[in-house]
Amino acid sequence: MTTIEEVKRRAEADAKTFGYYLNPDPNFLQGLLEGLKRNEERYGYPSCPCRLASGNLDYDRDIICPCDYRDPDVAQFGACYCGLYVRKDVYEHKTELAPVPERRPAEKQMRSYQSVSTEVEAKAATAPEREELVQITVGKKKLWYCKQCGYVVFREDPPYICPVCKAKRELFAEIKTKVDFFG
Amino acid sequence: MNISKVAGTNNKHKVLVYALSTCVWCKMTKQYLKDNNVEYEYVDVDLCSEEEKNQIRKHIQDKGAPLGYPTTIIDDQKVITGFRKDLLKEALEL
Repeated sequence: MTTIEEVKRRAEADAKTFGYYLNPDPNFLQGLLEGLKRNEERYGYPSCPCRLASGNLDYDRDIICPCDYRDPDVAQFGACYCGLYVRKDVYEHKTELAPVPERRPAEKQMRSYQSVSTEVEAKAATAPEREELVQITVGKKKLWYCKQCGYVVFREDPPYICPVCKAKRELFAEIKTKVDFFG
Repeated sequence: MNISKVAGTNNKHKVLVYALSTCVWCKMTKQYLKDNNVEYEYVDVDLCSEEEKNQIRKHIQDKGAPLGYPTTIIDDQKVITGFRKDLLKEALEL
């Protein structure tokens, strides 16, 4: 069984790797870690304690901590949706921690409710596969590379620090891609 | 549905909180209401049956609100999504 210490160690390691901090309020942090532990026990994976999970891994993948929405939320609001990961200025109490609006698309949230998820499943079975591909490319995600070590990442904004060589965000540059059908 | 009732001296409004048992923002909302002696009811949605979860989803969406937790419904009219102390204070006249 996972212990609170393990959950905490994991979160600390991830925060360190990506240049984030954990919630500075010990009670707040403890509550979140307990929530993550509880979700890991009942669903088999640590889904976000502040979101209703479906219990189906395929539907919950985007809200397994650290969730897909953490990076843009910390950049824009100073914290992720549940408040586990925060930006340096929030950690140092220079900026107040405020509730973060939900960024997860409504249609994904709906999959946590059974009657809806059955409909979604039926739709997915008939929908052409390419739809998912289109969605990925029309997003705001870009390719970024670390000018110091060459690490490449595909996300909206570059990370706060390079997870490999610890270079600062400023050292990341966008990789411009162009598709030319005529060779 | 397992609706828990928390007694309080301030019962001017009927307050219902849809919460998650693991969510800290939900706990803060419950605590804020308690600290202000507001009488309220709450449901921990993650502990409900699938059928109940759907009823709750319908209730929230029928009010035109997004599906986030905590969702506080005041007098079955006004909906506040998230732990918005400012909005709770105003709506509950605290």
